[in-house]
Amino acid sequence: MRDYETVIGLEVHVELATKTKIFCGCSTKFGVKPNVNTCPVCTGMPGALPVLNKQVVDYAIAVGLATNCDITRDCKFDRKNYFYPDNPQNYQISQLYLPICRNGHVEIETKDGKKDVRIHEIHMEEDAGKLVHDEWEDTSNVDFNRSGVPLIEIVSEPDMRSAEEVIAYLDKLRMTIAYLGASDCKLQEGSMRADVNLSVREKGSDKFGTRTEMKNLNSFKAIARAIEGERARQIDLIEEGKEVVQETRHWDDVKESSYAMRSKEDAKDYRYFPDPDLATIHISEEWIENIRANQPEMAPEKKKRYMEEFGLPEYDADILTLEKKMADMFEATTAICNKPKKVSNWLMVETMRLLKEQSMDAADIRFSPENLAKLIELADKGTINSSVAKEVFEVMFNDNIDPEAYVEEKGLATVSDTGELDAIIKKVIEENPKSVEDYKAGKKKAIGFLVGQTMKATQGKAAPNVVNQILTKYLDEA
Amino acid sequence: MSKINELSATKVSELIKNHEITVEEAVLDSYSAIDAKDKEINAFVHMEKEKALEEAKSIQEKIDKGEITSPLAGVPIAVKDNMCIVNEPATCCSNILKGYKSTYTATAVDKVKDSGMVVVGKTNMDEFAMGSTTETSCFGPCKNPVNTDRVPGGSSGGSCAAVAAGEVKLALGSDTGGSIRQPSGYCGVVGIKPTYGTVSRSGLIAYGSSLDQIGPIANDVTDCVKLLEVISGKDNKDSTSILRQDYDFSKYLTEDVKGLKIGIPADYLSEGLDKDVYDKVMEVKDILTDKGAVVEEFNLGLSEYIIPAYYIIACAEASSNLERFDGVKYGYRTPDYEELHEMYKKSRSEGFGSEVKRRIMLGSFVLSSGYYDAYYIKALKTKALLKKAYDDAFSKYDCILSPVAPTTAPEIGKSLQDPLKMYLSDIYTVSVNLCYLPGICVPAGLASDNMPVGVQFIGNTFREDNIIKAAYALEKARKGE
Amino acid sequence: MAVVIDDEMIDYVGILAKLSLNEEERERAKHDMTEMLDYIDKLSELDTDNVEPMSHLSESVNVFREDVITNPDYHEETLSNAPERNEDYLVVPKTI
Repeated sequence: MRDYETVIGLEVHVELATKTKIFCGCSTKFGVKPNVNTCPVCTGMPGALPVLNKQVVDYAIAVGLATNCDITRDCKFDRKNYFYPDNPQNYQISQLYLPICRNGHVEIETKDGKKDVRIHEIHMEEDAGKLVHDEWEDTSNVDFNRSGVPLIEIVSEPDMRSAEEVIAYLDKLRMTIAYLGASDCKLQEGSMRADVNLSVREKGSDKFGTRTEMKNLNSFKAIARAIEGERARQIDLIEEGKEVVQETRHWDDVKESSYAMRSKEDAKDYRYFPDPDLATIHISEEWIENIRANQPEMAPEKKKRYMEEFGLPEYDADILTLEKKMADMFEATTAICNKPKKVSNWLMVETMRLLKEQSMDAADIRFSPENLAKLIELADKGTINSSVAKEVFEVMFNDNIDPEAYVEEKGLATVSDTGELDAIIKKVIEENPKSVEDYKAGKKKAIGFLVGQTMKATQGKAAPNVVNQILTKYLDEA
Repeated sequence: MSKINELSATKVSELIKNHEITVEEAVLDSYSAIDAKDKEINAFVHMEKEKALEEAKSIQEKIDKGEITSPLAGVPIAVKDNMCIVNEPATCCSNILKGYKSTYTATAVDKVKDSGMVVVGKTNMDEFAMGSTTETSCFGPCKNPVNTDRVPGGSSGGSCAAVAAGEVKLALGSDTGGSIRQPSGYCGVVGIKPTYGTVSRSGLIAYGSSLDQIGPIANDVTDCVKLLEVISGKDNKDSTSILRQDYDFSKYLTEDVKGLKIGIPADYLSEGLDKDVYDKVMEVKDILTDKGAVVEEFNLGLSEYIIPAYYIIACAEASSNLERFDGVKYGYRTPDYEELHEMYKKSRSEGFGSEVKRRIMLGSFVLSSGYYDAYYIKALKTKALLKKAYDDAFSKYDCILSPVAPTTAPEIGKSLQDPLKMYLSDIYTVSVNLCYLPGICVPAGLASDNMPVGVQFIGNTFREDNIIKAAYALEKARKGE
Repeated sequence: MAVVIDDEMIDYVGILAKLSLNEEERERAKHDMTEMLDYIDKLSELDTDNVEPMSHLSESVNVFREDVITNPDYHEETLSNAPERNEDYLVVPKTI
């Protein structure tokens, strides 16, 4: 078989984190009854007119600047006309002719090194409603709560060559946009969605093959599988002397295969034209500079600063800046307790472990920096020992409890009354003559058993190092 | 009570404020005129008398308490059926919207109500405002009160006929390519199409979004201008509404046209123009010259290209605006379908009338792949050239005088057979919409067929002042005042 | 450019516009559209080489809303006109 190269471009839809929809004052909040967050505008009532949410433009410019795009100074919205029940006007307000951002690029890093992925354009548009298919009837149900939620679509050039590069690119976009606060970018929840345009060609060829567009990719894993599957499908076709058809394909991640979405009633002729209901947008130099000046510090600068300002190792700085939420937690907690390395350890080890265990994103962290700082203080002062600290942390991670109050209420503080501890240790020595003999006979390890017994007697509240000290003293004295 | 008949709307409001008549009396007077005449004229397609009488009472109270002081407070008004009023039908006189009740009120209607006018009913129109005769209505044709064998014009035929018949003294219409001015001319009333963006389009069911404007219709220039004042204003629900520096249009109700420079586009006065109509324009020229205006002829140019550009833009926008009528959310859904696309196609094909379908097809075609540049972009470029031609004209003239239609009102049933010919008769009105300009139609007397002839004054954008002055001066002169 | 509107084109535009015409309407549409396009073709005479297409009034620029929730629960109003309704949803023929 000949040697093939995969050529991939991405269309990434990102739901912006605005409070209201793009063209009306309806809430974008999730988890409400169907059609609650609606109004005449986002349900296509006769006579209703769109008015643009300025925050959408601000976010789009911010993402454009962060991805090195040119900002289109005079831009417009266009109507994309197609009939579908989740699209109440039967046209989607989008941008074709003058998208707000053009000609950008982001740098990605894979095991093969660094490379730039060029961004063709970023445009603003409205999301569609949701169709819920009735299992028992031959009908679908329409919910317009998501109709009119603002999206940006980031269209890359066909610059990626592997699933690994695609994932690196998506990760980079996700991190950048989350840092800007423009979206939480959750693939599973649909606030970030990627369509994959893929073609194959013989290695060394400078011509592109016929591409297909793959939709319905809801996780990084699905994207990787879909790329592998589509690459193989196209190579098979070419090897068999058949042609790849330019079409949209729907990925079924359960079956790990895709099928073409074709319909005679679907002409793919969207009759775009400038939307006469919306004013044009003029973006001044001042507007752009204002957004540029207010761009938050991005990951690379943060990482550098963490190493310089807090003396963190590169490894720590890398991991902490991977997610905006993690970096925010680090900075806020350090600001309270001024113990950067300790904060870093709690975030990198215990926090990451629990996030992974519970399949959560950093964005889902519920505990407050204040409570983490309190916990660090408790452990640092020896009020609780390290194993108790881990226990308390887990409770805090789940329910954001106040560690001070919790330790007090549950009586988890270290037994620091040496009188009490002395009495317990003396009792343990009395009750375990065999271990004492072993110790005296030179089996120093036997002390471990005695420490364990003491810890058991204190219900784990003693500091093991203190117990060890006192035990050694008595044993050596005896 | 018949004394109300002869009075202007402004005068009726004065009498109400002076407690000489009540709002209820004015409203009942309107309904008795409707009862007497509308079986024949068919200007109204929907009325809620009980509701209107209740409103009359509450408005009376507010007027008595001094809470409403508008110069038109208490006066009954008719509203074209393409404007939304909460909990009331708004059908655009189309079967596809039968059964639909608006869930909100159009801004212009809100303003009318806030000023103490009482909406007595919704008026007949060409389906979705697509027509020049008010014959394509699903409620049957409206007739011209001057001569019921004739059409009232369109698409705001119902609103103009209602005013001309004395059923109401005020009405709201909408104008996309002449739909207020042309029927005003045919019916012998006054109608204004304001500068684009002056009146909010929120709640106006769109035909061509870049062309549509709501405007006032009345028996005389004063009432018409007062109503324009009420409905104008920047609205945060309409992105295309514009904050003007001046909304005090009444102060231009002055006969002083001395030195006003008026141009007549001579190159538009040839083909297809009735001699009677031409003569009226020349008569107006003489009247205004006598009053001290400087009236001269000039060539505007582009006359052959206006109608093609207009129909491309209007139909393209309409094809998109009317996509929302699909049987999913409101209005008509075909009873008989197997699957989604059949449901769409049957609902729309059964719900829309043939003129609407014709324009949707044409509009979809000119936007479709491969034709967009040749037709749609070409039309937008032609529009830019036309705008430039008007800019040049307004650098020389304060306003432009022209016919509003090439003929008087045609006979019912004669126009629809040849759509192209009907479109061509829009030559005097559509460029005002394409170029966002204000236009006013004023009666200029009767033609030899005893039908009214209207003339039109066109102003530059935001220059309603000049056209109001010219119209007011003409009206005063013709009434011999 | 003298476009002839044939049956195929009527079908195609019918798919775009979601309209199906009966035999009589179809013949009339073919005739009317061809005539209209023939007439519209007049525009091709006009030299527009250096003309920018005009889609908006120049005063109509930068009209925005602040990102503030203004709308209350509207589901009853949204559903009040539905030809077919299932509790809080609008109902359409199955889309998959």
